Formats: sequence, C-alpha cells, structure tokens
Amino acid sequence: MRRAIITVVGRDTIGIIAGVCTYLAERHINILDISQTIVDGYFNMMMIVDITQLQIPFGEMAEELDRIGQEKIGVQIRCQREEIFDLMHRV
Amino acid sequence: MINFSEVRETNAMIQRENLDVRTITMGISLLDCIDGDLTRLCERIREKILRSAGDLVRTGEDISREYGIPIVNKRISVTPIALVGAGACRSSEDFVQIARTLDRAAREVGVNFLGGYSALVSKGITGADRLLIESIPQALSETEIVCSSVNVGSTKTGIDMDAVRMMGTIIRRTAEATADRDSIGCAKLVVFCNAPDDNPFMAGAFHGVTEADRVLNIGVSGPGVVKKALESVRGEDFEVLCETVKKTAFKITRVGQLVAREASERLGVPFGIIDLSLAPTPAVGDSVADILCEMGLETAGGPGTTAALALLNDQVKKGGLMASSYVGGLSGAFIPVSEDRGMIHAARTGALTLEKLEAMTCVCSVGLDMIAIPGSTPDTTIAGIIADEMAIGMINQKTTAVRLIPVIGKEVGEEAQFGGLLGYAPIMPVSTVRCDGFVNRRGRIPAPVHSFKN
Repeated sequence: MRRAIITVVGRDTIGIIAGVCTYLAERHINILDISQTIVDGYFNMMMIVDITQLQIPFGEMAEELDRIGQEKIGVQIRCQREEIFDLMHRV
Repeated sequence: MINFSEVRETNAMIQRENLDVRTITMGISLLDCIDGDLTRLCERIREKILRSAGDLVRTGEDISREYGIPIVNKRISVTPIALVGAGACRSSEDFVQIARTLDRAAREVGVNFLGGYSALVSKGITGADRLLIESIPQALSETEIVCSSVNVGSTKTGIDMDAVRMMGTIIRRTAEATADRDSIGCAKLVVFCNAPDDNPFMAGAFHGVTEADRVLNIGVSGPGVVKKALESVRGEDFEVLCETVKKTAFKITRVGQLVAREASERLGVPFGIIDLSLAPTPAVGDSVADILCEMGLETAGGPGTTAALALLNDQVKKGGLMASSYVGGLSGAFIPVSEDRGMIHAARTGALTLEKLEAMTCVCSVGLDMIAIPGSTPDTTIAGIIADEMAIGMINQKTTAVRLIPVIGKEVGEEAQFGGLLGYAPIMPVSTVRCDGFVNRRGRIPAPVHSFKN
C-alpha cells in the first residue's frame, strides 16, 4: 500500500471535508484515517490516505489539491508521501 | 501510525523554520573523457554531463513536490579538471576552454553550480596543475556557475607552500578579474587542506578519483530548525541542550536520507554520502550564529563562541550519524560570514574578527569562509592567512578551507554584495603585520608527527 498524508489548514467554513473528499473519490484515493479539530475558528485536519489506485502522477494530484484548496475552499491543502514523517519520527 | 503532532512538527519545520535539503550533487567521473585533442575532450565532457545529469533537476523537483520538502540546489561535481585536461591542454587558455564547456553543459542541464575546476597539489605541482591554477582568474570571470578549488595540503603530506604562495596571488587576480561585481569570482574559489572527495557543497565540491563513475551526494541544512528547538530548552543544563541538538540533527538527516534514497533509485545512480553540515543562508531564521546566541551568547564572536560551536558541531554529528549509515563530505556547522545574517551582524558590530573566526575553524567545518577583506590586502598576507588555516587542518587531521574575497576598491567600513545565497558582507579588517619573509620561502612544510599529541 502506498500512503500519503493530507493536511488541511484554514479558516473554518462549510464544505471543507466535502470538497476534499469529493476530489479524493474522483481520483480513486481511499481515506484510511481522519483527525480534525477547530481551534479559534481555524480548521485543522489530517488525513491518511491510500494512493495505490491513483492514476495520475503524485505531483499532479498534490498540485490539484493545492489549487482546490486555494481557489474553491479558501484553505491550504498539502499532500505529502508518508515516508517523510515516518522516517523523521521513528528510529 | 503517524499522529497529528508529528505531521504538524515536520510541516512547521519546513514552512516556518526553513528546513530544506540544501543540495543534491551528482558526482560525475570525467576520467573516461580524457583525450589528447582538446576539441574532442570538450565534446566528450559535454556529452557525458548531458547524458548523466539530464534528469537531475526534474527528478529533484519531483521528489520535492511529493514529500513537500524544498530541495534548494541541484549541482554537479566532476573529476578535478587538472587531471582530465592534462593530456590536452598546452596553455592556461586551453584550460579556460574546458571551463567554458563545463559552464555551458551545466546550464544546459539546468543545475545551479558545477564544481571540480580543481587541482590537487598537496605535495607537488605538475605542469598541468600549474596551468590550471594560473587559468583560474580568467576561468572564473568568464563563466557563471563553474566553481574552483585547490587542495594545497594534507595531514599525510604536509603543506605545499609553493601552492599556498601561488594561491595568494591567484585569489587577488581573481578578485581583480571580477572587480566590477565586488570580486565575486573569489566566492567560487576555495583553497583546501584535507579536501574530501565526496563533498556536495560548493564551491569546494569535486568528484574524487577514488569515487565510482557517478554518485549522488546530499547536503542537508536546517540551522533554523535547531535554533527553534533550542528555544524550548532555555536555561536547561548542557545534557538537555545536547540531547535537543542531537534529536533535531537526527530528524534533519533522516529527510536527507529519504531524498538521497529516492533520487538514487529514480536516477539509477548509486547513493554516496549525506553531508551533515548545518548550512546557513542569508534568510531570516536560517543562521548558525543565531543558534550560538540561543545557547546564551550575546553575539557570535564573543568569549564562549568556540566552545558553543564545538558543542553544536559534535552533537550535530552524533545525531546525524544515527540517522544515516553513510555520512561524509564536510559534515559539521558551516560558518560562512556573508551567508549568515547573524555572522554578518557580528562582523558589523566588531564582535567577530578574522582571528576569532580562525579559532572557530579549529572546532567546526570548514574554515575561513566567505569573508570579505580589503581589496588592498597584499598577496603575501592572503597567502599567510591560507598557510595558517591549512596548518590547523594539517595538525588536527580535519578539513579546513579558505574562501576569502579581497573586494577590489573597497576598504573596512564598506560592504560587498554578492547576491542570492552568497549574501553580503562587511569588509573585515586584516592584520597589517607582514609575513613576506615566511611565505616567500620555497618548498613544503613537512607532514606532522602522528604521535606525541599535545
């Protein structure tokens, strides 16, 4: 399984999760875990997703998510492959 | 499973604390390009660079996008050109032609620096070495991204003082050849003692003759991350301080290791080493001097600086060595003055002097780096400074280097502007006490005794 971490940060509004998840479904990306909090009106979400069935290059998908975040929802969306976090925080 | 706070910590390092991978440097052997005919040699060099590194920049950008980590520089190092060009070059001008070829090929593949316009003369100088060294001022003024280095000494061989004296003159001539741009040519020229074969950082990178045909070496960075981590342990004892630096260095190095592995796989080029150096930039929050201040110094350069730097350097290595099995290059804290906002501030206020910097180089990599000095500094004084720094490296079995910039037309109190990562620097005062009688002697300083350590 190839996994990636998606983080979403920005001012809370209606439809953030819907917007992100709709895109993920279109791209055949399966959500494995979601954690989400709101602090002082700021929306913070982290998703662990399975990108095994992704049909387009990873970089392209990350850029599309970034664009959806900025242009449609008004939040910052980052998508990174999981290994960077794993390697940094595990011996 | 990864948790939220770990993800947040990593992304804060990248977004707010300037964590990046400073460079992916592809070492390329040019030994198989050697030819007695200069035109054919240049063609073969160009062809090999294009074939080897054609995908380097794109691959770096892909990895950067996928992991969300900036990879600032993509670079190339080549076999020391004095060796490659020895059979074909009859004059300094011939060597300059190779420099132009390297410059063009490097631009074609889109890298931002190419190192290896070098000569290794720690024990003696061949005819080709001499021609290459004499060509350096012209080569560096006529090219944009070619970097040059000359290794003039080692612990095993001693110091070649004829080469040291020559480099005093060559540095000044290089400064004169680029006088219209604050003598920037000298920012691309390093004099080494104990130069490593696998250093990915410029301007001193070259691809040693003991290396494979092609190899990838990675330079990490992250002074801002270390500084931020130390903010959380203010006033704590040295054990806590050291633990914090070590843990942070581990994390930084792991990112480098990841990028190294990915790049190696995608390019089909073996991974060489990770260089654990904390490399600053002139950007706010990316300064080694600021780490020293966070440890408790008022300004870098004051009493305590050498001890603080020694501690930092050692802990970075200890943390980094745990994170990667192949560590090499220079590995330590860099203290280039013009590339570090905190150092620039310290030099401006007079807290940091050339003499203190020399002491600091005894405990860290690499040496007197990116220091602007008056353009009127005599050749022999530059040679004397080089000799001192080489002696520190030779006796202490470490790499030391000198990258001085005598800024033509400028004196103490003025500033030099180099732009970009090379930064800006106040002209620092240099001792006016002469050393002509010493550096004008011919021959070598013998290799030191390896026993009776005192």
